[in-house]
Amino acid sequence: MANLQAIVAEKFPEAEIVNGETLELNVPDAKWHSLATTLKNELGFDNLTALIGMDWGDLLGVVYYLTNTSTWEVVRVKVTTADRVKPMLHSITDLYAVAGIYEREVYDFYGIIFINHPDMRRLFLRNDWVGFPFRKDYDANPEVNPVRLDHEKVDDVTVSYVETAPGKIEKRKVEIFSPEQFVVNIGPQHPATHGVLRLRTAVDGETITKIDLYLGYIHRGIEKLCEGLTYPQTLHFTDRLDYLSAMINRHALCLCVEKALNLEVPRRAQVIRVMMDELMRISSHLLAIGTFCMDLGATTMLFYPLRERETILDILERTTGARMTFNYNCIGGVIADLDPNFQADVKKLLEIMPKAIKEYNKVFTGNVIAHNRMDGVGVLSEADAKDYNCTGPTGRASGWACDIRKRHPYGIYSELQFDEVVRHEGDSMARFKARISEMEQSCRILAQLVDQIPEGDICAKVPKIIKLPEGHWFQQVEACRGAFGVYIESAGGNQPLRVKFNSPGFCLAGAVDHLTRGEKIADLITIGGSLDYVVPDIDR
Amino acid sequence: MEVTTKSMPYGDWKDNEYIEGMVNELKANGVNVVVGSLDKLINWGRSNSIWPLTFATSCCGIEFISLGAARYDMARFGWEVARSSPRQADFMMVAGTIVHRMAPVVRRLYDQLAEPKYVIATGGCAISGGPFRHSYHVVKGVGEIIPVDVYCPGCPPRPEAMIYAIMQLSRKIKVERFFGGVNRQEKQQDFLKNHPLDKMAD
Ligand code: SF4
Repeated sequence: MANLQAIVAEKFPEAEIVNGETLELNVPDAKWHSLATTLKNELGFDNLTALIGMDWGDLLGVVYYLTNTSTWEVVRVKVTTADRVKPMLHSITDLYAVAGIYEREVYDFYGIIFINHPDMRRLFLRNDWVGFPFRKDYDANPEVNPVRLDHEKVDDVTVSYVETAPGKIEKRKVEIFSPEQFVVNIGPQHPATHGVLRLRTAVDGETITKIDLYLGYIHRGIEKLCEGLTYPQTLHFTDRLDYLSAMINRHALCLCVEKALNLEVPRRAQVIRVMMDELMRISSHLLAIGTFCMDLGATTMLFYPLRERETILDILERTTGARMTFNYNCIGGVIADLDPNFQADVKKLLEIMPKAIKEYNKVFTGNVIAHNRMDGVGVLSEADAKDYNCTGPTGRASGWACDIRKRHPYGIYSELQFDEVVRHEGDSMARFKARISEMEQSCRILAQLVDQIPEGDICAKVPKIIKLPEGHWFQQVEACRGAFGVYIESAGGNQPLRVKFNSPGFCLAGAVDHLTRGEKIADLITIGGSLDYVVPDIDR
Repeated sequence: MEVTTKSMPYGDWKDNEYIEGMVNELKANGVNVVVGSLDKLINWGRSNSIWPLTFATSCCGIEFISLGAARYDMARFGWEVARSSPRQADFMMVAGTIVHRMAPVVRRLYDQLAEPKYVIATGGCAISGGPFRHSYHVVKGVGEIIPVDVYCPGCPPRPEAMIYAIMQLSRKIKVERFFGGVNRQEKQQDFLKNHPLDKMAD
């Protein structure tokens, strides 16, 4: 860290260096691109973990979190502009591929234009939307943006703001699809896209040449809603983001608030949280492999995993009272104590799971058709995984050891024995197998904990009204699809200034175009299924 | 008059007054409520094989998958033929939040369904916007853009509740002649007149 500070201070005297939770660099926009180049090429920060748009009232800006994937150091960079009429910042899409989709999100919400970004269109909202909803002065009157029932126009051209000489910006038209290209529209309502994703796909015969991604068909504006609620009130939204990692997402938000409050969570609650997370992971992977196989035509493989999933849902339901949106974690611990039969139920599950996994492998994994459909399809290299910020089973199937439970351990994970599943093929088969192995590891964790649940409180003492001090906090956890991050910025008071859910699915969706180029159109289904994104997690 | 389905005794329904009230109202208005045998036969067939259009946008949709799997097994009732094309489906199970960008798509799918068509609004989101009601981008209930026949509350509703909702729909279909038939059609026409499609862009 000291080294990093020295290098930055020497090369960029105008950068303001702040020591906080992570090292923070404050740079003027003019220097940002060259700082990013230095950070990436000389200092090894090769992964853009999060990119967060911000509105501080007088200033608009962006906060970046960059990770060095060999040392797992994190650095935070803040770039701001005072121009509210036509704010412009420099893009870093040429350095980090994932920035392409992140920056479009910021443009959509805050109206910040990124110079040299190849495609400055809205991402979630209709292109005839009026205003930028995340700005603090946004006009929320429903008459400005009524529910429109006409179909929006689809564009084949987009704009880009190119810097031709320092300080000189030129607006250019960029073609997305040429008139000769044959474009097939897939979605938003298509059974194989795993939710409401829309892909405009250019094909040459059966080969995909380009995919243009349309998001926002389930964009609920959760982050904006959070800004008007108190911290305990924001919790229930996390269950509805990636509803298959409900417990884990909520765990992340609770951890982030607890970090801000400096709150010690009782040991019993910590153990319960980890057990719930792992149960959730197994159930999510079960559904993931089930629906994936169904998309490939293996309907039996949908029913087998769902059978085990129901067993897990029963366990969760006995304790929490719900099958999907559990509302179980709370700030300081968990809301209710375990069901008296919880331990016995988990033990029963641990008996069933190895047999079930053997069965899945017998039914499907060794099947020659499965191999033909999945081997070598949608290969993602390790470098690309970092570049596109594809974490979770997808990243690990490409050889990137990115399990947050190991890299930035939280809760009691550092005390537990389990292996990080890393494979090196990077294809759809590897992603499928990684999920199966992860279920085995989750069972291992559960087996270690099931007899070790300590007695004690389930929730720490928390003040009636939760007020966070001024500041910002970023917390990541390993959700079922990858690293899920929560960013909270507070100006003091009981409501956040900004909450950002940095979801893994968003980055996975950003990699679809890259992964499918040159593949056959039938493989689009395989690739989408193997990435296993959940669309409300992408759209938020 | 007892309107029920085969799998549910009449006394077990929670809201018989509603359906009786409707029948009485129609009777009072002079509508002939005696169903002809042919009508009965047709409705018996229709109400026992209503095919859903898979239309799941979010969390509620996952419970719909559970409904199709072995434990809740909707095949028992003849609803398991979930269609991906609106041309082949009888009703639309709107499961999940409907947002502004999705609204025209929902409307188009509804328009593409072949008559007779029905809609079940599943979950708080589809009914009223649910937890996201105050968002700038959420439609406050799918009833704002298409006519709804059955509301199924919950967040998400349990699969059992979905079964109840679909059975409720098949009960309504059974008496289609009086409050499905003429009257319902009129309501639907009224609805579409009051919610015109704006000019089509493509
Ligand atoms: S009603 Fe609840 S479970 Fe259903 S889509 Fe809305 S938030 Fe999700």
